[in-house]
Order: sequence, then C-alpha cells, then structure tokens
Amino acid sequence: MTRDEIFAKVVEIVKPFVKNEDALAAVTDDTNILEDLKVNSARLVDIILNFEDEFDIEVEDEDADAVNTVGDAVALILEKLS
Amino acid sequence: MSADAMTNNSDRRVVITGMGVVAPNGCGLESYTRALRGGVSGIRHHPILEELKFGCTVGGIPEGVDEISEAYFRSDELLAMNSSHRFGCIAAVDAWTDAGFERPDPDDDEVYWEAGAVLGTGIGGLDTAGEKLVPFVDAGRARRLGSTIVEQVMGSGVSARVAGLLSLGNQVTANSSACSTGTEAIIEGYQRIQAGLAERMLCGGTEGSSRYTWAGFDGMRVLCRTHNDEPEKASRPMSAAAGGFVPGSGAGVLHLESLESAQGRGARIYAEILGGAINCGGHRGGGSMTAPNPESVQRCIREAVDRAAIDSNEIDAISGHLTATGADPKEMSSWAKGLERSPENFPVITSTKSMIGHALGAAGALESVACVLMLRDRFVHPSINCEDVHPEIEAYGASIPHVVREMPELNTMIKAGFGFGDVNACAIFRRWAD
Repeated sequence: MTRDEIFAKVVEIVKPFVKNEDALAAVTDDTNILEDLKVNSARLVDIILNFEDEFDIEVEDEDADAVNTVGDAVALILEKLS
Repeated sequence: MSADAMTNNSDRRVVITGMGVVAPNGCGLESYTRALRGGVSGIRHHPILEELKFGCTVGGIPEGVDEISEAYFRSDELLAMNSSHRFGCIAAVDAWTDAGFERPDPDDDEVYWEAGAVLGTGIGGLDTAGEKLVPFVDAGRARRLGSTIVEQVMGSGVSARVAGLLSLGNQVTANSSACSTGTEAIIEGYQRIQAGLAERMLCGGTEGSSRYTWAGFDGMRVLCRTHNDEPEKASRPMSAAAGGFVPGSGAGVLHLESLESAQGRGARIYAEILGGAINCGGHRGGGSMTAPNPESVQRCIREAVDRAAIDSNEIDAISGHLTATGADPKEMSSWAKGLERSPENFPVITSTKSMIGHALGAAGALESVACVLMLRDRFVHPSINCEDVHPEIEAYGASIPHVVREMPELNTMIKAGFGFGDVNACAIFRRWAD
C-alpha cells in the first residue's frame, strides 16, 4: 500500500468524526485532528480502533497518544505495516 | 435573567408552547394528529421477534427515523445515538423549534441558562447493551468497545445529548419511574418552572425499539400473544378480548414555559398545565411491584384535581393509562372514584396505546402530546379495537369513542400514567384561550 493510499484511507476513517468540514476539504499531513478538524477528543479512541481494523494492525496506547496530526497517523500506520 | 425573575413564586402559571413527537403511527405533529384522528394503528409484525420465538411478535416502532436523524444530526453525533437517543433528540429539537426557537449554532458559546430538560426513560439503551456491550465484554474485547458506550447506556444519555444540541444551561436530568416516566417528567418540569427555578423546560420521555427491552415483558407473559396475525388489532385496551399489552417505542417532548416568558415573547400557547400529582402506593392495599394500589391511584387523581383548583366536573375527557391488561377495569373504577363521576356523567375516555402500543417510559409523553393536540383541534381520538367492550367496563360504554369524536367544547383533559413499582403520575391540561 502506498503512502498516498494510506493517507486517503486515514482521511476516510476520520471523516465521520469531523466537525470542521472546511478543514477536512483542505487536509494535509500537518492538519491537527483535534484542533483543526474539531474532532471530540473522546472519539480518538474510536478512530484508533478503526485504524486497527482497516489496516489489521495493533496500536499500543503510547503510540496512540502520540498521534496529533493526520501525518502522525499515516507515519504510525506505515511503521506498523513495515 | 435577573435574580428577581427567578425568585420563588408558587402562583407562576405554566404553559405548553412547543411539542415534538416520534410515534409508531406518525413522526411530527401533523402526521401524528392525522393518525390519531383516523384511528391509524402503528403496530406491525416484526419477523425478528418470531425468529427469536417471542410469544408476542408485534410491536410499535416509529418509521422513517433514520432519514430524519441524518437530516437533523451530524455524523459524529449519530455514531453515539441508539434508537432511544434518536427518538428523544428528534422530538426535543422539534419541540424547541415548534416553540419558535432556532437551533443554536454549535460554535456559538451562548448558553440558555433559563432553559433545562427532564427527559426520562423507562428501560434505556438496552439495544446498545445487547448488541455491543455484552457480546464485546463476554468475548474479552472490552478494550475494543470504543468511546460511545457509556453515553448510550447511561440513564441520562438522552437529556445529556439534548443539552448539547440546544445549549441548555438549567437543570438537565432524566427521571425514571417505569411506565409513569413520561407523565412524571412533565410534572417535574412544571413544578420547577412554577417554583421560579427555570423559565423553560423540555419535558417528556423516550424509549428505544429493542428486542432486549421487550423480552423481559414477554417472559412475564404480560404481552399480547393472541393477535400476532393481525398486528393492527393486537393492542386492545378496554376490550373483552384484551390479553396483554403490545410493546411500543418512540418519544414525546413538550416545551413548557412560564406564562410570563411565553407572553413576553409573543409565543403561540397550546395549553396550560393546571396541576399535577405524583405518588406511590407503597405496595400495599393490593399494590405490588407490578400492580397499583387503587387507593394511591385515586389519591393521585384527586390531588391533581385539587392542585388544579377545578371541580372534577370540569374535566371533559380522560387519556387513560389503559394498556390492555387485566388492570383496565380496575383503572376505570379508579377514575370513577377519583373524579367522583358515575357511568351516567362519565367524561369521554380514550387510550392512545390502542394505536401505538405501550411505549413504556415514553408512553406518558406521547399520550400527553396527543392530549394537547386534541385540545388544540377539539376532538377526542378513537380508542380502537374495543368494539367488544370488556364486560366490567360496559357501563361506561357510551364514554368510549370508537371513531373520532368532535368536541367543540373540549377544554380540559386529564392524563395519568401508572408504572411498575406502584408509582402514579397525573396531569391536567386546559386549552389556552387568548
């Protein structure tokens, strides 16, 4: 799976939780999931679970805590897949 | 609001200025009104219940709710809203906008400190518990439950969600008193406004559509098992062939408001709440976990009339609890004694459950919305499926409408709800005359 494909899937997974649609339309690696996309912080748990299911990986709590931006999520998934 | 305006004043009058309804026979006030007038049943056969070998395979489930939900709520909200949340939140938002208020912008930090909610439920989010919580936990997958379980199974889940949707800043809570929940919520909100502690309260109840909620009642053999082939005829309050209630679901919410607030903003007023009473029979004198103490029912009715400061002869129509169990004849007798009315001068009496089934914690709210619509349009809806009036009720036969009864003089209705635990709630509504 290419980095671009992973990026697209991450955006798709985050999408239902996003409250700021404009920020999602302009999403980049640097887009902050909580601050820019206005995702409720409690819902990060659900997003991580969906990453695990979609990519068949396991994400430890410490790894999950380090995900702030969309780019962080993509990098984490790439690392787990390699 | 100034502190002066919130001081205790028991003479404050409380009116109904908005309503929302999600019922098995109609979502939205006009659709519900049409169904009530026409005696339209919302009871259907549900194959899943047959597959699971329920004794009663019919029930009342509101239709078209997912489409409304998608139009009303954001995707992130919907991920944490089971059926009782969807019903309750749609009804609450509708009551709010029906009262003339805009839905607040989520980015606007203004909070309505004078507005609160009492939105109860009888059983709560058992669909979430049954479909996700229990299977996940038992399979050792608790860590994979995600973040949306607690808010869907906690008793106050719906009122909490509504607070966020409408930026409520007064008391926001959920009551639970079995099948009297919806009526009790209205009285709780009425008392809070009357006491000067709030100006506006969204009050009512919601109950989800879940086989897990209905199974316990099926196991008790209190659900109708005789009309699975004729769903629309299954809910038969006051009928000689009544053999148990039909489970229902949905939500009703009323926007209660102090008369000063309503008049101050020129609001349309449907009706006034003249009085209400809440009590319990102590599981004595024939009362138990599952049966009402007749004395407590009669006291509750009398107390509501006393608090309304009216003569019981002013009551034009009764919206009974009337579920289609063996309790119906006893309830008739309690109405007669509580209101001191004989069969000859008995008010018109009807059961909304004949069309929507018994929506448990939402029943009193759905039926109170029906009362206010009947007062607005001056009719009493038919109590369907009791052409064969129960022999012990026959004397009151003339008071039971089998088709819609137009009542140009309809002004005052009384509504009661009784619940497991021997609990009772009774409210009196009067049509608003400008």
